[in-house]
Amino acid sequence: MTAQYLLKDVRPLGGEPTDVLVAGGLVAAIGPEAGDAAENAPDDLEVIDATGMVLLPGLVDLHTHLREPGREDAETIASGTRAAAAGGFTAVHAMANTTPTQDTAGVVEQVWRLGAQAGWTDVHPVGAVSVGLAGEHLAELGAMADSAARVRVFSDDGKCVHDPVLMRRALEYVKAFDGVVAQHAQEPRLTEGAQMHEGVVSAEIGLAGWPAVAEEAIIARDVLLAEHVGSRLHVCHLSTAGSVEIVRWAKSRGIDVTAEVTPHHLVLTDEEARGYDPVFKVNPPLRTQADVDAVREGLADGTIDIVATDHAPHTREDKDCEWAAAAFGMTGLETALSVVQQTMVDTGRMTWADVARVLSTNPARIGRVEGHGRPIAVGEPANLVLVDPEQRRVVEPERQATASANSPLRGRELPGRVVATFLRGRATVLDGVPQDDPADPRFAAGRVTP
Amino acid sequence: MRHLLSTADLDRAAAIRVLDTAAQMAATQGRQIKKLPTLRGRTVVNLFFEDSTRTRISFETAAKRLSADVINFSAKGSSVSKGESLKDTALTLQAMGADAIVIRHQASGAPHTLAHAGWTEAAVVNAGDGMHQHPTQALLDAFTIRRHLTGGPGNPDGVGNDLAGLHVAVVGDVLHSRVARSNVDLLHTLGAKVTLVAPPTLLPVGVGPWPAAVSYRLDDVLAQGPDAVMMLRVQRERMSTAGGGFFPSPLEYTRLYGLDARRLATLPDHSIVLHPGPMNRGLEISADAADSPRAVIVEQVANGVAVRMAVLYLLLSGDGDTGAAPATGAVPAVTSTPAPATTTAGATA
Amino acid sequence: MTSGTPVPDDIAAATAATVVLGEQDVARALTRIAHEILERNKGGDDLVVLGIPTRGVPLAHRLAARLAAVEPGLVAEALVGSLDVTMYRDDLAQHPTRSIGATTVPGGGIDGKVVVLVDDVLYSGRTIRAALDALNDLGRPRAVQLAALVDRGHRELPIRADFVGKNLPTSTAERVRVLLAETDGRTEVVIESGADGGPR
Repeated sequence: MTAQYLLKDVRPLGGEPTDVLVAGGLVAAIGPEAGDAAENAPDDLEVIDATGMVLLPGLVDLHTHLREPGREDAETIASGTRAAAAGGFTAVHAMANTTPTQDTAGVVEQVWRLGAQAGWTDVHPVGAVSVGLAGEHLAELGAMADSAARVRVFSDDGKCVHDPVLMRRALEYVKAFDGVVAQHAQEPRLTEGAQMHEGVVSAEIGLAGWPAVAEEAIIARDVLLAEHVGSRLHVCHLSTAGSVEIVRWAKSRGIDVTAEVTPHHLVLTDEEARGYDPVFKVNPPLRTQADVDAVREGLADGTIDIVATDHAPHTREDKDCEWAAAAFGMTGLETALSVVQQTMVDTGRMTWADVARVLSTNPARIGRVEGHGRPIAVGEPANLVLVDPEQRRVVEPERQATASANSPLRGRELPGRVVATFLRGRATVLDGVPQDDPADPRFAAGRVTP
Repeated sequence: MRHLLSTADLDRAAAIRVLDTAAQMAATQGRQIKKLPTLRGRTVVNLFFEDSTRTRISFETAAKRLSADVINFSAKGSSVSKGESLKDTALTLQAMGADAIVIRHQASGAPHTLAHAGWTEAAVVNAGDGMHQHPTQALLDAFTIRRHLTGGPGNPDGVGNDLAGLHVAVVGDVLHSRVARSNVDLLHTLGAKVTLVAPPTLLPVGVGPWPAAVSYRLDDVLAQGPDAVMMLRVQRERMSTAGGGFFPSPLEYTRLYGLDARRLATLPDHSIVLHPGPMNRGLEISADAADSPRAVIVEQVANGVAVRMAVLYLLLSGDGDTGAAPATGAVPAVTSTPAPATTTAGATA
Repeated sequence: MTSGTPVPDDIAAATAATVVLGEQDVARALTRIAHEILERNKGGDDLVVLGIPTRGVPLAHRLAARLAAVEPGLVAEALVGSLDVTMYRDDLAQHPTRSIGATTVPGGGIDGKVVVLVDDVLYSGRTIRAALDALNDLGRPRAVQLAALVDRGHRELPIRADFVGKNLPTSTAERVRVLLAETDGRTEVVIESGADGGPR
């Protein structure tokens, strides 16, 4: 592995072409100085012709499921972060619904360590809000915050913190360590047995419906709670037009709320369920076209702060069956950037600088992650992703780095390809290929066997 | 026709073809020898993940009357062996040489998955999937309605007719009813006007675009003089599920939405009453109504065998070419009026 | 043999077709057959005339009319019916799904009767084999006889017609079509030369 990389004619944040030198784990030089400095170490240097390519800060995912510990048959920390690196990420937040749950310092430290050992991205474990995600007692949030994993984001994702008193306590408690509660908004009783969005399609195809109000009612309650106790709140995977409006209203009142949207909610609707293919079964469910339009609008105007993948790998058995028996969730780490490019950049609603904001800078800020989402400037840590926006590729789930094949975008042609990802100056991905350590037997032939 | 998964897949011509074929099948069921050699050598599997003795026996009878071999597979799907049971079962049936699989499953879309997942090459007949569709029920309902309301002296079964101009009221738990969905699609395709009658809690939020009128008041709809009233089964358990009950009490439901003798008497003389069964006597339909001469409920059951024979015939007897409509061997208009000619069948009442 | 395929009106014009029986020829043949039936069965007692759809049915009606016209005491409508054989065919799996025609039997049934099956063209004999099976499930006739307007040979089963309108030696490459006023607008029998001998 070379220690220095010269990216020639690259466009930082989609701006004017220039040269960028990555050395010593930092952005060492930009512009003509980059070429000059490069001449000093010709042997050690790899030159990448980045004509036409865009350089962004390494992506930060605030919402990923790495499945380890517990469901290593679907994904491991190693395979999941390798997939993240392939998708341009340099840091991911691993959600807490593992087995055992990430509700103690011990488990979060284990996850953090495994992530560091794998070396593909930084792994920031998310701490559970309640013990065992049961929604009854607060987990040891302080211990998790103080642990080596330095947890700042807390979530029972997968389940909703539906008890208003518990939610209030959690919102208050995390203030002590600048933490944030990330709510999976789903009123459980309104969604008992629900399979897909409640609307025209669900009525016709006979699947139990999931009303939008089950999400919106919780968000409305939580923003008011956050306002009342003076805390910050993060809303996970917001999916409906009504939710966007509530967050917009809350922000206009000065409430410290942030919100995320997934790539799949930017591009897919409940019409996909008509074929009963469970690859489209997800929580929150795919909504209507009007909802898709509203979340795109919300992302463009800043109401929605970030895009987060909610990457949820599942084994074939959990999806190769009738809808009602299938698990909820879709993979997304390796297609997120392309989806954002297709729906927002190529349509002119966002610039690449905006993409950096929603996929890197804002998530890093919300998660209080240092070193990521930084401006591309001399002296900053070299957590970067190099993207070729002109290339197009067809999504083939079996050929992705993630260990699971439940991508809803199978067969679609998407724009953009991650050419290189740098984690503190070390290339985790080059020429679109994850840089496996040849000495590690798990990485034979470039594929990870979990 | 490759599979029968939903009545929404049948256009007017296809629906009439099924009903006309059922009429010919019904004719054979009135004879002493009810068995036909038509599907000899074919294997029909009844794959029932939900209990239903009546429907299963109806399909079994239909298959046997056509000389097909029948295998009954009762696999009550549990969430423990979730999903795997359907796929592995399908692979097993394929290995056993099933030509047709009649499937009833609690998960909406399971027949669709079975037909399209590539696990089996058999023709798939949906015998009821979750809340989605129950196409053979709707077909036998339409067959019954057509016979009673469009049949004439020369054509007692109404062969060749659709249901244009008829008004059918469907009353009850529409939200959870696959029978309702199948009937709305099929009756509309055949030209009938459909009115759904239910309390607001038992109508789906997305009912707006359905080709049917909606009313919360049964008496108002009965006052319009519908030609047929179809009462849907209401599950008592829906009445009260810990605060989530769809209706306060069975008594209130019966008072507002039950068909009793008084309401029955307000109907025009020709109107008939249907029910897919099994009935909750005293809840959605009173004993008087269920046993009245206008109620064709028992006949529906008999017609079910004929309709299912027709479906199995249409799916299994050809060369499997799903292309054009079958060759029409329409019986030509005869120069003399066919006289007191009756089928040796007599009435299949 | 025909059950199933309606003849497009222009078929006779489009292919190389020879008219072998005109309208008058058909009429005379049916009249002769009617007399033969009465002669063979010594009258019309216990007669039931069942046409095999499609074109056997109007032929059966024409025969019944002639029988009633000639023999005192016979009523055409009480003699005639139709026998659909689709469900008894042995070749269902070789063709697209066929529609099922109507089976109507006169009020007295067929038990103990002399059933005269009527079809337009007798070819391989398989249709008649199916008809015999169908009759078997309807009852037990005293005797079964077969009247065919055209016998074109090439039998594949030991079946023969009792009454024939015209014997037409043909090659399997040829196609025999019977057109009737009731179904096709005009009455004639044509032979078409062509690669496909048509349904057997």
